[in-house]
Amino acid sequence: MKAFTKHTGLVAPLDRANVDTDQIIPKQFLKSIRRTGFGPYLFDEWRYLDVGQPGQDCSTRPLNPDFVLNFPRYRGASVLLARENFGCGSSREHAPWALEEYGFRAIIAPGFADIFYNNSFKNGLLPVVLPADVVDELFRQCEASEGYTLTVDLEAQTVTRPDGVQHRFEVDAFRRHCLLNGLDDIGLTLQEKDAILAFEARHRTAYPWLFQGP
Amino acid sequence: MAGKTLYDKLWEMHEVSRRDDGSSLIYIDRHILHEVTSPQAFEGLRLAGRRPWRTDANLATPDHNVPTTRAERAGGPQAIADPVSRLQVQTLDRNCRDFGILEFAMDDPRQGIVHVVGPEQGATLPGMTVVCGDSHTSTHGAFGALAHGIGTSEVEHVLATQCLVAKKMKNMQVRVEGTLGPGVTAKDIVLAVIGRIGTAGGTGHALEFAGSAIRALSMEGRMTLCNMAIEAGARVGMVAVDEKTIEYVKGRPFAPRGELWERAVAVWRTLVSDPDAHFDRVVELRAEDIKPQVSWGTSPEMVVPVDGRVPDPDAEPDPVRRDSIVRALRYMGLQPNQPITSIRLDRVFIGSCTNSRIEDLRAAAAVVRGRKVAPNIKQALVVPGSGLVKAQAEAEGLDRVFLEAGFEWREPGCSMCLAMNPDRLGPGEHCASPSNRNFEGRQGAGGRTLLVSPAMAAAAAVAGHFVDVRELLPAGQDAAA
Ligand code: SF4
Repeated sequence: MKAFTKHTGLVAPLDRANVDTDQIIPKQFLKSIRRTGFGPYLFDEWRYLDVGQPGQDCSTRPLNPDFVLNFPRYRGASVLLARENFGCGSSREHAPWALEEYGFRAIIAPGFADIFYNNSFKNGLLPVVLPADVVDELFRQCEASEGYTLTVDLEAQTVTRPDGVQHRFEVDAFRRHCLLNGLDDIGLTLQEKDAILAFEARHRTAYPWLFQGP
Repeated sequence: MAGKTLYDKLWEMHEVSRRDDGSSLIYIDRHILHEVTSPQAFEGLRLAGRRPWRTDANLATPDHNVPTTRAERAGGPQAIADPVSRLQVQTLDRNCRDFGILEFAMDDPRQGIVHVVGPEQGATLPGMTVVCGDSHTSTHGAFGALAHGIGTSEVEHVLATQCLVAKKMKNMQVRVEGTLGPGVTAKDIVLAVIGRIGTAGGTGHALEFAGSAIRALSMEGRMTLCNMAIEAGARVGMVAVDEKTIEYVKGRPFAPRGELWERAVAVWRTLVSDPDAHFDRVVELRAEDIKPQVSWGTSPEMVVPVDGRVPDPDAEPDPVRRDSIVRALRYMGLQPNQPITSIRLDRVFIGSCTNSRIEDLRAAAAVVRGRKVAPNIKQALVVPGSGLVKAQAEAEGLDRVFLEAGFEWREPGCSMCLAMNPDRLGPGEHCASPSNRNFEGRQGAGGRTLLVSPAMAAAAAVAGHFVDVRELLPAGQDAAA
């Protein structure tokens, strides 16, 4: 997994609440059996005026000029500013895959849906929860000044504005540790192999019916 | 010391180890797989040279992509017309073969939607941890199990280690006391709950449904409730074990038998929240206050009773919410203050892991019987949740009821719930659907989904617009499901 320590990048504001994973990456792209190739289809229904198909070349598709990511001033954005309950809906990990491949490294919102939040950490994409009034202020600043950037520091757990104001955010120690070091979860868990085997043996004795087939 | 909640008990039963940073390793008893979220996980296993930890804990079935017409199904996976869907279904078959995982393949009579198949087979048992790369895995919590959706990285993690790294969530209880009126169903309860607490209302919580109205629901109804816990933001939905749970499980293929059955039942009876258990949050509803519900917008919290009206954004003081209402009305092609019963429909879909079990089909058939689908409805589809549900419905003659009314009777799968197969809405079309998500484009690009119970969908099909199903029910008849 890609590590995340500190990132400074252009901010794009997506001013909608409850952005669901069906919007982040529509279902037709979920038919892929690969982990890559989703970036061009991020927010497909909002980003393009036609209906996208898997494998389609996006370079000639008509862009929706009203969609914020298509505004020239947000080209190259790597920090996404969002509203509450971002990533609600399905468990598709294709959503963080698409965001990451598009170029986003961090998403700042007042709240995220649980599964999306969890999936993001596994893919080097940092979801940052800040209070709603702070996010409001970031939206105002971002919309007011072209080229607005933020610095997200996972080590220090801070978001730093261009005016020097810092906002601290909370993050689980375990998730932070894995993301800072780009650690492979499975490898870490397998270090506890003996504990798992011992648990499994006790579990089997206590609840033998859980280990039966039809 | 306060007692324990059902969630506390299930968590303790499965905690392998606790780390200093507050996370735990949780043992997984059952892992269910489908074709969409598993290929990259199997690929990851291969690349790392790993094998599944315990093959017998896994069960797979293709559901999201499978065609539902008999013609397209007849030729097997190699005859699926869409080459991308075909490859995904074939990849699941191949992965299950390579890794020795039991699969109900597309032509197996037990194939169906993962969340219908698991409980039907007794592969979901009380007291289990159940995970699947699908957010509606919360469904299985209806059995007093700890069940939730996971992403593809976690699918790989469970395959490789039989565990997940997790942090304990908070406890939340939704209590519904009293008696539901005729024609009001589990679906209406859960839509009313989401309307009340919002789609982020349960975020960070494990949600237990309790109270006399929940106890009175069948297992099918409880699965409908727990299925939509995720739509209230809660990864986990649960109902405590009672006699109905035990009765439902008895005799199913994966269920224990003989002496083991007795031992299991003794454990299962303890899977209830203690009377003095502490919940971080409690929400209460009265069953008598719940009417048949209809969602009007593009989020499941945008819901009103069938006798209500589409909201007026001018009446909403909060700017972010007002903006959401304006946007949703535009997308849905609806007017502020429009009566719900004035919404005309183009298609009706009866199916999905929320409402495609035998009870749901019976409830819909009870409304449809002796009536015809209205002429303005372009298509009315019934898609049973599994091959076994389909067979049961046919044994009861429900297929005839639907066919005579003008419905299509299809093969099992997710179908028009998310339109990964050819069943989908055209742009701008309105669809009454007992599924779980009304997101933009969910049932087809530009399509407009209105969530209801199966009985309400059936009523809408025969009327051509929404009607209060309670007006269509013969006296003494109940659409409860
Ligand atoms: S029926 Fe719909 S919600 Fe359920 S698993 Fe299939 S696609 Fe997901």
